[in-house]
Amino acid sequence: MSLTLLLLLALGLGLAGWLAARARAWSFRRASPNGRLASLPTYHAWYVALWIILPVLIFVGIWSAIAPGLITQAVLTAPAADQLPAFGFQRQTILNEARAVATGAAQGVFNPLAREFVEPYREAIGRYNWIGVIVTLAIAFLGGVYAFLRLKPDFAARNRVEKIVMAILLGASLVAILTTLGIFVSLVFETIRFFGMVNPIDFLFGLHWGPDPMSNAENPDSSRYGAIPLFWGTLFIGAIIAMIVAIPLGLMSAIYLTQYANPKFRAWVKPALEILAGVPTVVYGYFAALTIAPAIRDFAISLGASSASSESALAAGLVMGVMIIPFVSSMADDSIAAVPQAMRDGSLAMGATTNETIRRVLVPAALPGIVAGVMLAISRAIGETMIVVMAASTAANLSANPLDSMTTVTVQIVAMLTGEGSFDHPATLSAFALGFVLFLVTLGLNFIALRVVKRFREAYE
Amino acid sequence: MVTVVHENLESTEAKMSARDVSVFYGDKKAIDNVSIDIPTEYVTAFIGPSGCGKSTFLRSLNRMNDTIPSARVEGEITLDGEDIYSPKLDVVQLRARVGMVFQKPNPFPKSIYENVAYGPKIHGFAEGKDELDAIVEKSLRRAGLWEEVKERLQDSGTALSGGQQQRLCIARAIAVDPEVILMDEPCSALDPIATAKIEELIDELNGRYAIVIVTHSMQQAARVSQRTAFFHLGKMVEYGRTSDIFTNPIEQRTQDYITGRYG
Repeated sequence: MSLTLLLLLALGLGLAGWLAARARAWSFRRASPNGRLASLPTYHAWYVALWIILPVLIFVGIWSAIAPGLITQAVLTAPAADQLPAFGFQRQTILNEARAVATGAAQGVFNPLAREFVEPYREAIGRYNWIGVIVTLAIAFLGGVYAFLRLKPDFAARNRVEKIVMAILLGASLVAILTTLGIFVSLVFETIRFFGMVNPIDFLFGLHWGPDPMSNAENPDSSRYGAIPLFWGTLFIGAIIAMIVAIPLGLMSAIYLTQYANPKFRAWVKPALEILAGVPTVVYGYFAALTIAPAIRDFAISLGASSASSESALAAGLVMGVMIIPFVSSMADDSIAAVPQAMRDGSLAMGATTNETIRRVLVPAALPGIVAGVMLAISRAIGETMIVVMAASTAANLSANPLDSMTTVTVQIVAMLTGEGSFDHPATLSAFALGFVLFLVTLGLNFIALRVVKRFREAYE
Repeated sequence: MVTVVHENLESTEAKMSARDVSVFYGDKKAIDNVSIDIPTEYVTAFIGPSGCGKSTFLRSLNRMNDTIPSARVEGEITLDGEDIYSPKLDVVQLRARVGMVFQKPNPFPKSIYENVAYGPKIHGFAEGKDELDAIVEKSLRRAGLWEEVKERLQDSGTALSGGQQQRLCIARAIAVDPEVILMDEPCSALDPIATAKIEELIDELNGRYAIVIVTHSMQQAARVSQRTAFFHLGKMVEYGRTSDIFTNPIEQRTQDYITGRYG
């Protein structure tokens, strides 16, 4: 019996419990002299249903994790188990084949030995399925009976149900936080392994980047792992070129939309701008690689530049800047709109023009929000992968010339992980160290941005 | 129905005058056919129940209604005989001559000094730092705030108390040397002590500027003004000396309002 069926069974039992409990609560209500219960019948019903479904869900979760192990244990008691190789790849293949045949996923086996295990597998799977179903039913029954027996006219079912719901909501919010924590921990482990092979000082301050996945993993050349060119490329493309595009355009569009545009135009343009934020970055990547980059190269050559590359930092940065415009614009728009109308009136009543009011009162007052928006945009830009993978090159280059090809941290992460090196090799592990640095930097930027926004919010309360 | 204007008013030269002014928000008529002269010598108070249009009328005197897209003004309003709604007139110049103080103190989130210097800077009144300093000091003195803030001119204007903030806003309005100051319920967000200080200040400013004050408090109108106009449902019902309006009103509705029967 599959997982889906177990879950359906649990839901069915829950529904039965729900109906039974509601009927019982109604009977209390009819019997009580004033027709009142401590809680509405629906809450009694939910109380019982939750007591059936939640324990079953928890059991199914645990069972589906441990059942395969139990089944394998059972299979290994079969007489043919002595002939299995003790460890490793072969042993696993044989068992997998046998299981595939037993569950009907495969028709035949390559390894004759596997045939010996098909029958034990079939038997064990059947047995454990039954155990699973019976335990599920027992748990549902026990939970249901326990909850059902607690129902009384003065039973505070609503409070219990609300507590359970609150616990579920808490669990949901913890999932995201725990995942972040998990990501962080896994990054840290791999990063520590990397720093065991390559000196962190060389990594963080070295000027030459050129890991060789084919080199000897035991004795890596630390001087080839200098990440400064990557950090520089990331900053140059994401925080400098992209921001030179995004900050003025985003800010000006926000000013126009909040202060000058008539409501009809605003109602049309603002959503359109926000749709821009939903365009998949790979599409921007195509645009950068196929249209902008060649145009920039041709333009540079026509101006007489000798070293114009078709994978210039400028192309990636420009397109990334365009991608970031909606972020800057929408944050700036929100914070300018949040400046109280009284400020605007006060300035206009002094005889200031709209232009002076914007420059001298609205933008300064909205500055913290605008700065926060820019920082979020930067953290988004330096973490952006697809555009730079497609438009920037993989050649690490420490240069201030925007027409040179440059590479970024994210590009190198992709390059290192999609290469052919083994996972024990420092070249591959360097991807984790790069990711770790990127994670810390964007985390820091977001943290600062949130702090700035918080202080800004306090200013007008 | 026409406005009752008391006959015992001595003839004064009108700083601003409104003739048959109606103000619309979209299709809704908020002010209906109001005519009034505003003299420099006196403080003029607009009283009336909420929603009677007194603030709307006040805002049409320096064209602050322009900021509301659906608002439209009919009739004629003049400042020193010049039509303020004429296309030839620059609204920036008008607002420099007709200043405004709002219901809630609204200092800019800048320093006290910058708040007062804002107007002179945008209008190019001061030629150097010294001249600007002098204007700031003079304005703060006139607003009765100088002694309290002279040691901390670089502190933020929003850090002051509510009453100080409102006096800062008055100083800010004075700094561009206006001829008329419009006050839209300037004390409604203040405690009684701060209110008393503002009223004292209005007394001191009286005569130097034509002052129009909108107020909900009849006691306040009685204390600070010499002329009172009573508004009701978008119409100006009665206009006369403050003492007459409060002791000897002609219209029944004025009588009902000031005796507290409604509003």
